[in-house]
Amino acid sequence: MLAQIQYRASGVIWMIGSIIEPVIFLVVWSRVARARGGEVGGYAENEFAAYYIVLMLVNHVTFTWIMHVFQSRIQFGQLSFQLMRPVHPIHEDLSDNVAYKIVQLTVMLPAVIILILIFQPKFNFEMWSLLLAVPAIILALAVRFTLEWTLALVAFWTTRVNAINQSYFAIIMFFSGRVAPMALLPVTIQSIASALPFYYMIAFPVELLLGKLTPAQALTNIVIQLGWLAFALMLLVSLWKVAVKQYSAVGN
Amino acid sequence: MIEFFRLANVFLRIGAMNEMAYRANFWIQTFESLLSMATALATIAIVFNQTDSLGGWQRAELISLLGVYFLVLGTINLVVSPSLGRFMEEVVDGRLDFTLTKPADAQLLVSISEFRIWKILDVILGLIVLSMGLLTKAEATSFASALVFGITLLAAGAIVYSFWIILATLAFWFIRIENITMIFWSMYTAGRWPVTIYPPWLKWILTLLVPVAFAVTVPAQALSGRLTFNTLMSAVLLAVALVFISRWFWKLGVKSYSGASA
Repeated sequence: MLAQIQYRASGVIWMIGSIIEPVIFLVVWSRVARARGGEVGGYAENEFAAYYIVLMLVNHVTFTWIMHVFQSRIQFGQLSFQLMRPVHPIHEDLSDNVAYKIVQLTVMLPAVIILILIFQPKFNFEMWSLLLAVPAIILALAVRFTLEWTLALVAFWTTRVNAINQSYFAIIMFFSGRVAPMALLPVTIQSIASALPFYYMIAFPVELLLGKLTPAQALTNIVIQLGWLAFALMLLVSLWKVAVKQYSAVGN
Repeated sequence: MIEFFRLANVFLRIGAMNEMAYRANFWIQTFESLLSMATALATIAIVFNQTDSLGGWQRAELISLLGVYFLVLGTINLVVSPSLGRFMEEVVDGRLDFTLTKPADAQLLVSISEFRIWKILDVILGLIVLSMGLLTKAEATSFASALVFGITLLAAGAIVYSFWIILATLAFWFIRIENITMIFWSMYTAGRWPVTIYPPWLKWILTLLVPVAFAVTVPAQALSGRLTFNTLMSAVLLAVALVFISRWFWKLGVKSYSGASA
């Protein structure tokens, strides 16, 4: 965590990107709602504000940067050192990730407060959904972290991970509720999204917090999250075995 | 001016030769450009699935705006950002000394020192989407708006370039300036939509702090015939003013530069 605190200014700058994206979509959809007489897809103007402010927070808690760094780790050999340690390198990444997010909350929370003051969102939190949101968000982080860590392993086979990463980021944009809440997507995309893990990584906790789900739906989704987590972990373990076996370090 | 074209030609050829060594990059860049364009178009499609106008803009007009967005983006990534990025590194490690001793204008040299030629794909794709937007629009674009579009696009180029020069010049005093270009890239994504839809505070940031409004929205307004004479004049005046200010600022920076190693 100390390492993260050193670069406060660059921390703020990196956060601008993760704040501006939800703000853009918040404004776009509020405009659409206003043009449609105040509501679209079950969301009023101030509910879009609530949706995207909560989404910004959930995305902050769940995002990872492993796919950006894994390739250079292999290319420049840091991985060799990590492999010699007695614990799996994923532990270090997970604690880095959590530490960074705790430090960055000092930027995120003021941003949330400012956005609340500006956009006047309408929150309808309920006790049960707040309580269920805790495991939902933790599971969302777990699923996203495991899945993205697994995807990052592609760097063992190719040095050109950028095209793969970019495809993944495009897919997650649409299927995780960042471009639009699920209810506003075309029906075909909605049904594809429900078969993919991305909704459970971001949009589900957001909808839960906004009171868009019934308790039964919420519980079902948590079970699905557990299923995806088990699947992702299995994938991670088996792929990691194959990957490390064929890894040979370059250098001296 | 002749000097400019001669030097640009040389650096362009070096950039091309570098890229030719890695030919697979062409296909990867093609894929990435197409993907980001497809993502942006799909986003517009999803929004217009729910409405037929956004802040007074029709779908076809927003597609043209997206074309302008990619056109400007491609131009920045083709030469401005790689060249000035390299310049910032050179300030840190002292290689800039070699540039300053060359018998050509240093600002010119650092501005065109590196071409990423495959980024031209974004420019081409931008032009295609721009024309697509214009062709699907109900009313034809008049010659006058095309002319005004040309002027605003030139102004946009001058404003964006001057902005980057000012940003890069800061490297003479501050070391970790690459981070500041991150602010530009984060803010630039807001330019996929007309800045007029944003609340006033954000609109001002996107107009004055980061020149997204003049880079993308204003040329797109010119194309759709919704540009007021005042905006046109302020774009041109700002462009001229910024070119001079950035030049003056650059000279100030060079004067304070004392090398990094010797």
